[in-house]
Amino acid sequence: MSSIIKIKNLTFSYSAEEERKTLDNVNLEIEAGQWVALIGHNGSGKSTLARCIDGLLMPESGSIEVDGLHLTEETVWDVRERIGMVFQNPDNQFVGADVEGDVAFGMENRGIPRSEMQKRVKEVLEAVDMTAFAKHEPVRLSGGQKQRVAIAGVLAVRPKIIIFDESTSMLDPEGKRDIVGLMRRLNDEENFTIISITHDIDEASLADRVIVLNDGRVIDDDVPEKIFASGDLLTKIGLDLPYPEALKEELKEKGIDVPNEYLDEEGMVDWLCRSALKN
Amino acid sequence: MNKLLLGRYVNGDSLVHRMDARSKLVLSFYFVAIIFLCNNWQTYLLLTAFVLMCVKFSDLGIGFFIKGVKPLLGLIVFTVLLQVFFTRGGHVYWSFGPLSLTHFGIVNGFYVFCRFVLIIFMSTLLTLTTAPLEISDAIESLLKPLKAIKVPVYEISLMLSIALRFVPTLMDETEKIMNAQRSRGVNFSEGTLMQRIKAVIPLLIPLFVSSFNRAEELATAMEARGYRGGEGRTKYRVQVWTKIDTIAVILFAIVTILLFILRKF
Repeated sequence: MSSIIKIKNLTFSYSAEEERKTLDNVNLEIEAGQWVALIGHNGSGKSTLARCIDGLLMPESGSIEVDGLHLTEETVWDVRERIGMVFQNPDNQFVGADVEGDVAFGMENRGIPRSEMQKRVKEVLEAVDMTAFAKHEPVRLSGGQKQRVAIAGVLAVRPKIIIFDESTSMLDPEGKRDIVGLMRRLNDEENFTIISITHDIDEASLADRVIVLNDGRVIDDDVPEKIFASGDLLTKIGLDLPYPEALKEELKEKGIDVPNEYLDEEGMVDWLCRSALKN
Repeated sequence: MNKLLLGRYVNGDSLVHRMDARSKLVLSFYFVAIIFLCNNWQTYLLLTAFVLMCVKFSDLGIGFFIKGVKPLLGLIVFTVLLQVFFTRGGHVYWSFGPLSLTHFGIVNGFYVFCRFVLIIFMSTLLTLTTAPLEISDAIESLLKPLKAIKVPVYEISLMLSIALRFVPTLMDETEKIMNAQRSRGVNFSEGTLMQRIKAVIPLLIPLFVSSFNRAEELATAMEARGYRGGEGRTKYRVQVWTKIDTIAVILFAIVTILLFILRKF
């Protein structure tokens, strides 16, 4: 597989006086079709990294290549054609007056003819299961529904990469499950490259690959099973463990033998049932 | 609080609802102009009949319109009283110092009352049958010629529509901040005028801060979605001029001609 995003020696800081860089010499390659989770505590630079990739922030030094395009002031709009972003606050990214109008916003910006817009709005609303809400104003939608609309707006302009910048952090558990399910489907079925920036370790554990950022540096980069098996590192930089791992730790403290390898929720249930039967 | 600003629009599918917002807007203004052609009871009767016909076409109960008059009742009564007591001419029924109750005064007062109520009915008809967003689209479309003299018409309309879209969001926010401050002991509804004004400050500051944050985030989201100004954009919502609009314009023309004829009586 080929890399769709190549980041070389990326350095960024918000103000010149500050000694500590927000991003410090980051090197990354992300393959097309992968689901990558970026985790790290507040201020670790994960949102900044996403904003640099989309050209919303210009790096101090280093280079970014998206889908073969070198990101510069000239190519920034072409790069944005290829990347869709879903932000954290469902309210503050809803531009249109109603669902349809918001989904169409990105297409209007690209000068897509109206007949095509109508067709695509219908398609993408169906894809995110919001067809019944086409004429609703944002006040009449829940947070999860607003995020689904935001995703529809991204899908309508047909990018290759979708970046979720803590898109589930302001949602209730149900909305969260909903959006994570949609992310999985987009990655599995539609083959979008997905970068999800998250605090939610359970969400990250679903990804193909987890990148751990701390103080602007990549400190770990592996499949989730390996990342979460090395529990101390995560707790040391102020992150939680995924629920099954946390449970394992608790069991270990009680003197119960637990398997060393990483188990997801299902695996954990399985193991618990089997071990309960044994006793 | 939501009801106050945006609850005016009543969803429907009547002939008036289906009209193009542009023609509704222009015709409403036109109505305000032609009402000044009225100078006798025949002309007022004609316009009253015409307004009632428009109300009928909107499929909305007359109650909605009477509600529209209520907030302005004080102003109407004041103006009517001025007319009644300060107009001179005709038979004098009563007089006291500068005040006098004359035949002309009563007639004029009645005309002013009619004028007010008819204008309010007509503008209420516009706001009841046209969503705020449609009005903002109509304004954009009507201002388009100003593009020639470099007025950023598209940006103005986008600002207007985003402002409208954020009204309920900010209302919610205000409510939340008010509750938060109340729970800390701020009293918004009691005290002297000065105290009440002071109580608004801890409300306004957080509201401003959060609005600026929202604006910043919204701007970032818009940029990420490819917004780069009005140039080269297409529009998803379009306005279509239909037969109903043409008929409405013709009706207004007929009314105008009739007014000119009836004026001479």
